Amino acid sequence: MSNRTISRSGLYEPYYEHDACGIGFICNIDGNRSHEVIANGLQILVNLTHRGACGCDPETGDGCGIMLHIPHEFLKAEVADHGFELPDVGEYGVGMVFLPQDRESRESCMQILNKAILEEDQELLGWRDVPRNSDAIGWLARENEPVIRQVFIRRDEGLDVDEFERKLYVIRKSATHMIGNSVISGKSEYYVPSMSARTIVYKGLMLPDAMDKYYLDLADERATSGMALVHQRYSTNTLPAWPLAQPFRFLAHNGEINTLRGNLNMMDSREQHFDSDLIGNELNKIRPILSPGASDSANFDNAFELLVRGGRDVDHAMAMMVPEPWSGHESMPDDKKAFYEYHACKMEPWDGPASMAFSDGVRIGAVLDRNGLRPSRYWVTTDNQVIMASEAGVLHHITNDKVVKKGRLEPGRMFLVDMAEGRIVDDVELKSKFAARNPYREWLDTYRVEMPTDLQDVDPVVEDTALLERQQVFGYTREDLEMILAPMAEDGKEPTGSMGNDAALAVLSPRPQLLFNYFKQLFAQVTNPPIDPIREDIVMSLETDIGREGNLLGESPEDCKQLHLKSPLLTNAQLTFIKKLDRDGFRPAVVSTLFEVAKGPAEMDHALHVICKDALKALEDGATMIILSDRGVSKTHAAIPSLLATGAVHQYLVHKHKRSECGLIVETGEAREVMHFALLTGYGAGAVNPYLALETLDDLKHREMVVEKKPGTAHKNYIEAAEKGLLKVMSKIGISTQQSYRCAQIFEAVGLNTALVERCFSGTASRIEGIGVKEVAQEVLLRHAMAYPEKPARRPELDVGGAYRWRRRGEFHQWNPETVAKLQHATSLNNQQTYDEFAEEVNNRSRTLAALRGLMEFKEGDAIPLEQVEPASEIVKRFCTGAMSYGSISGESHENLAIAMNRIGGRSNTGEGGEDPRRFEKDENGDLRRSAIKQVASGRFGVTNEYLVNSDEIQIKMAQGAKPGEGGQLPGHKVFDNIAKVRYSTPGVELISPPPHHDIYSIEDLAQLIHDLKNANVHGNVSVKLVSEVGVGTIAAGVSKGKADLVLISGHDGGTGASPQTSIKYAGLPWELGLSETHQVLVENDLRDRIRVQVDGQMKTGRDVAIGALLGADEFGFATAPLIVSGCIMMRKCHLNTCPVGIATQDPELRKKFKGKPEHVVNYFFFVAEECRKIMAQLGFRTMEEMIGRADMLKFSPLPEHWKARHLDFSRVLHVSKAWENSTLYHSKTQDHGLEGALDHTLIKEAAATLENKDSVRIAVDIKNVNRTVGTMLSSELTRRHGLGMYSGALPEDTIWIDCKGVGGNSFGAFVIQGVTLNIIGESNDYVGKGLSGGKIIVSPPEEFVGDAADNIIIGNVALYGATSGKAFIRGVAGERFAVRNSGAWTVVEGVGDHGCEYMTGGRVAVLGETGRNFAAGMSGGIAYIYDKGGTFSVRCNMGSVDLKALHEESVIELRSMLEEHVKYTDSSVAKKILENWDEEVQRFVRVMPRDYARVLKQQQQEQSEVTHAS
Amino acid sequence: MLPDKEKGFMVYDREIAQDEAPEERLKHYKEFSNSLPPERITEQAYRCMNCGIPFCHSGCPLGNQIPDFNELMKEDDWEEALRVLHSTNNFPEFTGRVCPAPCETACVLGINEPAVTIEINEREIADRGWREGWVTPQTPAERTGKTVAIIGSGPAGLAAAQQLNRAGHSVVVYERSDEPGGLLMYGIPNFKLDKEIVLRRVEQLKAEGVEFICNAEVGVDVPTSKLDQYDAVLIAIGSTKSRTFEGMNVPGSDLKGIYPAMDFLPQQTRRVMGKTVKEEELLATDKHVIVIGGGDTGSDCVGTSLRQGCKSLVNLELMPKPPVDRIANNPWPQWSFVFRTSSSHKEGGERKYSILTKSFEDDGNGNVCALHTVELEWGEPDETGRRQMQEVPGTEKRLPADLVLLAMGFTQPETDTFVSELDLELERNRFGQGIAANTKDFKTSRENYFVAGDARRGQSLVVWAIHEGREAARAVDLYLTGESTLQARDSHGYDSLAREGLPA
Repeated sequence: MSNRTISRSGLYEPYYEHDACGIGFICNIDGNRSHEVIANGLQILVNLTHRGACGCDPETGDGCGIMLHIPHEFLKAEVADHGFELPDVGEYGVGMVFLPQDRESRESCMQILNKAILEEDQELLGWRDVPRNSDAIGWLARENEPVIRQVFIRRDEGLDVDEFERKLYVIRKSATHMIGNSVISGKSEYYVPSMSARTIVYKGLMLPDAMDKYYLDLADERATSGMALVHQRYSTNTLPAWPLAQPFRFLAHNGEINTLRGNLNMMDSREQHFDSDLIGNELNKIRPILSPGASDSANFDNAFELLVRGGRDVDHAMAMMVPEPWSGHESMPDDKKAFYEYHACKMEPWDGPASMAFSDGVRIGAVLDRNGLRPSRYWVTTDNQVIMASEAGVLHHITNDKVVKKGRLEPGRMFLVDMAEGRIVDDVELKSKFAARNPYREWLDTYRVEMPTDLQDVDPVVEDTALLERQQVFGYTREDLEMILAPMAEDGKEPTGSMGNDAALAVLSPRPQLLFNYFKQLFAQVTNPPIDPIREDIVMSLETDIGREGNLLGESPEDCKQLHLKSPLLTNAQLTFIKKLDRDGFRPAVVSTLFEVAKGPAEMDHALHVICKDALKALEDGATMIILSDRGVSKTHAAIPSLLATGAVHQYLVHKHKRSECGLIVETGEAREVMHFALLTGYGAGAVNPYLALETLDDLKHREMVVEKKPGTAHKNYIEAAEKGLLKVMSKIGISTQQSYRCAQIFEAVGLNTALVERCFSGTASRIEGIGVKEVAQEVLLRHAMAYPEKPARRPELDVGGAYRWRRRGEFHQWNPETVAKLQHATSLNNQQTYDEFAEEVNNRSRTLAALRGLMEFKEGDAIPLEQVEPASEIVKRFCTGAMSYGSISGESHENLAIAMNRIGGRSNTGEGGEDPRRFEKDENGDLRRSAIKQVASGRFGVTNEYLVNSDEIQIKMAQGAKPGEGGQLPGHKVFDNIAKVRYSTPGVELISPPPHHDIYSIEDLAQLIHDLKNANVHGNVSVKLVSEVGVGTIAAGVSKGKADLVLISGHDGGTGASPQTSIKYAGLPWELGLSETHQVLVENDLRDRIRVQVDGQMKTGRDVAIGALLGADEFGFATAPLIVSGCIMMRKCHLNTCPVGIATQDPELRKKFKGKPEHVVNYFFFVAEECRKIMAQLGFRTMEEMIGRADMLKFSPLPEHWKARHLDFSRVLHVSKAWENSTLYHSKTQDHGLEGALDHTLIKEAAATLENKDSVRIAVDIKNVNRTVGTMLSSELTRRHGLGMYSGALPEDTIWIDCKGVGGNSFGAFVIQGVTLNIIGESNDYVGKGLSGGKIIVSPPEEFVGDAADNIIIGNVALYGATSGKAFIRGVAGERFAVRNSGAWTVVEGVGDHGCEYMTGGRVAVLGETGRNFAAGMSGGIAYIYDKGGTFSVRCNMGSVDLKALHEESVIELRSMLEEHVKYTDSSVAKKILENWDEEVQRFVRVMPRDYARVLKQQQQEQSEVTHAS
Repeated sequence: MLPDKEKGFMVYDREIAQDEAPEERLKHYKEFSNSLPPERITEQAYRCMNCGIPFCHSGCPLGNQIPDFNELMKEDDWEEALRVLHSTNNFPEFTGRVCPAPCETACVLGINEPAVTIEINEREIADRGWREGWVTPQTPAERTGKTVAIIGSGPAGLAAAQQLNRAGHSVVVYERSDEPGGLLMYGIPNFKLDKEIVLRRVEQLKAEGVEFICNAEVGVDVPTSKLDQYDAVLIAIGSTKSRTFEGMNVPGSDLKGIYPAMDFLPQQTRRVMGKTVKEEELLATDKHVIVIGGGDTGSDCVGTSLRQGCKSLVNLELMPKPPVDRIANNPWPQWSFVFRTSSSHKEGGERKYSILTKSFEDDGNGNVCALHTVELEWGEPDETGRRQMQEVPGTEKRLPADLVLLAMGFTQPETDTFVSELDLELERNRFGQGIAANTKDFKTSRENYFVAGDARRGQSLVVWAIHEGREAARAVDLYLTGESTLQARDSHGYDSLAREGLPA
């Protein structure tokens, strides 16, 4: 195989690669060195292999590495024959250097580095070839293998070690910059993994077990270290890149930095203002600090390194970059809070899921992000070692008798070993130490200005221009008033809508669009989780500081001369406050963004230059806050779009390295909805004053279109709604704080050209080109002309809009009266002619300028006769219907689709609401009402073993087109009996699906869930549903490497059911982009043939299918169209339960109106398939397989007269990737799921008696962390074999009893059924009892463990997630998110981390020890009993949906029996003690009672007593 | 307490005020329909579901923004509702009375429930507007200096006149009759559309600056050449040529006592208005009346004849009786071809379907005294949608008649007038022929001459006439000034700018 490089002409962008992984370290607390530490470090890596991944070459892997102390003795001996001698430890540094393969390049690089050493007055001792065995690595890695050498540098005598480290830093950076700027041909291969006097990094593209085979140094017994910090990478791409392996110079990272773009920009701005006595004049040599082309982790390391080399301790630097959630923390000491507040003025957090292990060679530690989204477990041993890793049990030889402490890293906490001091420094000590470094609170009080929140409304600014005209100038529509502003002002909530977005993309709409409309929000899927901003508001914050930043490398009181805001939304009074600020360090300056209309569009371009210069000038004249204002639009003056102005000024100041010197505030009439605020802050604004929206509200109040429930609340509600929305947008991408969201540019542009993007939104993806500044100006002027017509012929009025629903004079919608009626007529009458008219209507691109595919045309092919094309009956098997839950739509319509799809051999989808097992059996007429695809979504409603076993395909919904990155909510009044039953919940109790899957925070977690589901149904396929956005291709590659059988790319425009309007309109991208990116990246990485690719999103016709296939799809999903065929008329009120045709409703009266018929749906799919066949015949394809991926048969063909669309460029979308040898452009192979190694094969063998005769058996096995998903395959086999289930019965308790000794791997006991008991003696990792379906899990420490069970962690995070029934007894402490979304399991545990019982809807949880923060958030059912010894529980409980009550008679009995059982199974000492003194101890329990649940229980009781009385 | 806006349709049934009882209303020529009490009208608005796709307003030729005005009614903001109505329809008080309401057959609620009372809601808003004095003259801010002549003052001419005047052009309307209004004035009986309602609208136009010249038939009273002095001329003369038995080989069709409906109906309106009837008086009083043609005009003849006190009345229709419910291939939201009973038909008379008139019988004095008819059998529609008819042997009948009113439709505009003088190109349409022009620019074959309404498209509804008047006005405005901010059905105001006037 020849060396393949990714083609850059397609949609692939390395920037969007993600990686995640396993990390760990081992150290001797006293820093004593031994070879054993290295060997153990490598062993940790090997035992984390399953957390990594490999691409098309199974030997290559995604990379791993190890950081060690410099093995001095060994190297001393080694270099002896290199002609130089090493001085003592600390007197020299070692650089580990990757050099180009090309000899000439290599030597040039070495020369430059040598020169850099001399320039810094250090002595070059010599070079050493690192002995390696290239046979140990895969072919792909070998092709890119660098030459690896070590360079030895002697310390100048005048320097101490820290100073020397700083020198080495300068040497490394300056040499890297020089080489980077040189003309050396192989310079891209040059890379320095480490250069330090203390540490050394060995890393590369290999599998863990190849590390010491490749790097012979590592195997050498003479090599010793006191620590070993390791990293195992799982990357979404596969193309070989040695430098991407971790650790970096200081750290290894598991997770993802979401805010990278903003961090990069801000660091870039700041670096000119660095001032450091320590680094001194060398600053020029180290700039630029960051390496924008490298990964998020690498850049984090760069910034971290700067802070450390600039003089901060590693722990201090880490606390700056990954702060705890301090804002709103109930119990954080004030000095610590002040520390964080002070540092927030200097630097925004690097936000995102992160478990970081770091070391400078003296101290070694780990930190966890504020959400605690990555697992980190540690053991402290009797022989003074600390072992920390992503999983427990990574060193199998360490037995329990040698462990004194088993802990986990908690959210926001740090764990540090000071090897110099020889002790563990805990989080409290660490942080109180640096909180006391300076009187931060005093500094803040003295210098920081607090924005008052209770300012009286100022007198409104009276503008000369009438409100209506200004509204028109800024493009207000009647819909904006009715559907956006009024609901926000009345309810303080974001408005909701339904049925997706079928309107035109902004660039395709002939109407002038706000610039905002050209942007789409990016969102988290797979590689990082979205956050729930409501239930987990403890981590969220809108607080920001604006003003001039101080020197990042220094620490002076004046650095906090900033204005502190609780939120970036400013009322008029608040803006006035800012405008009037006049004191040292606070100087506002207003820059007007108006331009003269008469001079035409070019004038706006010019004005854009002028405002940038004006801003810079103001700043140089001392302004610390620039206010961009569009006040004063008039007949003669229009405003530059606020986003364009903000972006331009921000980028301009970034380029001038001046951005950190001022705050940017936008006073605008244009911004009015959540997306607008998100964009403005995301592209640089520190705060926004939406004055016209506020003025409009006053007018609406006056006209009684807004009715205030309390007087004076309209503005407040509006701002609150906007703030909530902003939090939602941030949390969608997994960002917690506004401070780091600001400037983070988490958007993709659609339809803007490169010049414009580079100028104002640099770094934003815009992949199909589009309009430029001139056209934007034309849009502004068009709106202006509407407000000021040359000759007014009618009363001025607002535009109708029609963006949210079809309106005759509004935006074009693909679903309109014509298309809906034609489709219904065609399918109900089975009328080909009417279908043709429908298809013509939809396909006619002049009319459907709503989707990108409208601008594509088929090329001329070698036509073949239609008969030669495969029959429609084959094609329809590639069709699926969309995931719509029973609950979101009625049973009638759900079954209608299922029957139709089963008739044609396609697949329908359960959606996320479970499925009644009655549907698993055939009807008398042979129809099957079962959905072939069973969806597994974040709520896990009704996801039982039985559900999974009865599937052909299990779909993991990572995101949905209408609202990617968000959860859902089924209000109690919609949870009817039948719905509650299949969802395993209580009728009338609200159900919440969390935004993330709590067992997927990262790509390796997804691989784990795929593995779990595969175990649960070995006969089914597992698919992963993603939503199109830039980078989805690399995620899909990761999904393919994670062994999914199918990946679904959803378009932004699809979607049924309720969703916030902001999400419907602005989240997600067209599928054309996502699909072709996915196909291209999969093909380039040789991952395409092993996975099926499905696409959906507003699919309507055979032409859509044909284009989907040509762009790379094997299968096609349809949702809206089959619903319309079933009678849907796009009422767009699905969220109101008032569907007048009986589809999106549970109302029994309305359901009667459902008139859909399966045969109509069948007719539809055959029409589509036949239409597709005709196109295939035209193009000359006999089968779909021939057609898939043949983008070369498409061409871009816009309407030349379309004044916007004609600027588009589809060349990257239509880029054709060539298949690798022996591979195909379509799905043709199967994944290797690696199930053969499962422990369950042994269990199944041992349980033969039960499988055959339901006899009981007892089994004993040893377990290790590599035994994942234990008990699952066995349970499913039992379910299948004996037809067990909701209606068909279960096995008696303990029929199979399995004793497991050791450390359980992830997902221990997932989906285990009733009758199966797993008894672990030892401990276990994350996801114990995931989806527990009736089984019993017991976990207790072995007798030899010396620690107190109740104080030590025994199971990992997210145990019992989505459990529907069963029991679990845990003797010890569990990690974060215990029993999240539990709907029926009963469990006892002796302590839990943060977010316990979140979203729980049923079951019982007894906690006999400490709980973390945010307990019971969003809990709507079930009961938790908390042993609240200290009486402090209420502080840590989220009281949003629950009450804390004393135990009553019934609960006392219940709890007691739970504890007795706990003692019986685990011999728990804490439970025993409580029981011994029961009457007294029981008083200390608190009953956590969800209000909703209490209400329903009470109601039920009443009803029951009424029944009793009546009878 | 009114319910949740979203649930009105689940709470209220369709309700329409009882008309005055037939026996009472037959005693006069005044309008006889009543209104519900105000809160009950609002309830009817609550039945509107404010649909995601309001098929109603695609069903409406004007594109009336039906959900929007219903929504405003729910909010009790009638003035704004009227403004919304007026933004698509110059004369909602006309269509609120005489429109067959294709919107209602397209109403989404109509899929499985009785449709929303859209037409009545429209009427209520408009009437309230007039009552409250919200309808005021809107004079243009500036005059363009351009002049436009409009020939004909029916709904198309009136709508165009108002629009063009508002765009700042000076508009002169030529009307050959003594009052403006065309069929609105003398075609539709007063009991369906009170003439005061037409006149007050004309007054508004006059107050806005439109000049009406009545008794001025172009080519007769006004020399055709005079039109040359205008910057544009819009022809809106309607399609007034009645279909008769001429050339159909029906013996006796030229007997006395057989008249086109339009000879008969205007006379009654003149009487109601206290005007003299110059021609021979046609009255149904004490006569056996036969009305041929089952459409709107036929039913107007029925109502008028009954009021005049006819002895008997039979209404004949050539086509078969429509089904009661929609048939499969006429699904929602298409216009429903179902059996409808007009208010006049509720007042009396007998309706007969599938009847072909074979001949008229002479009483010996040249007067008609009876019709000879035969029943028809209609075949299934062929590929072109046409159905073949066949006479059914043995079904021949003789129907006595003293007065026969022909309401068999209108074939085309009168063209042996200034139309031929101007040599305007004609074009075939469904009924006969019209003055040729497309619906984009409405230009005739003659430079700066435009045509709108029935004169172009053939006989149609008032609502279509208003539509064409508005669209043509926009076309004329564009022609005269290069851009137009006049609203039209599908225009959002940006389009002419976006198309032609992009700021460069």
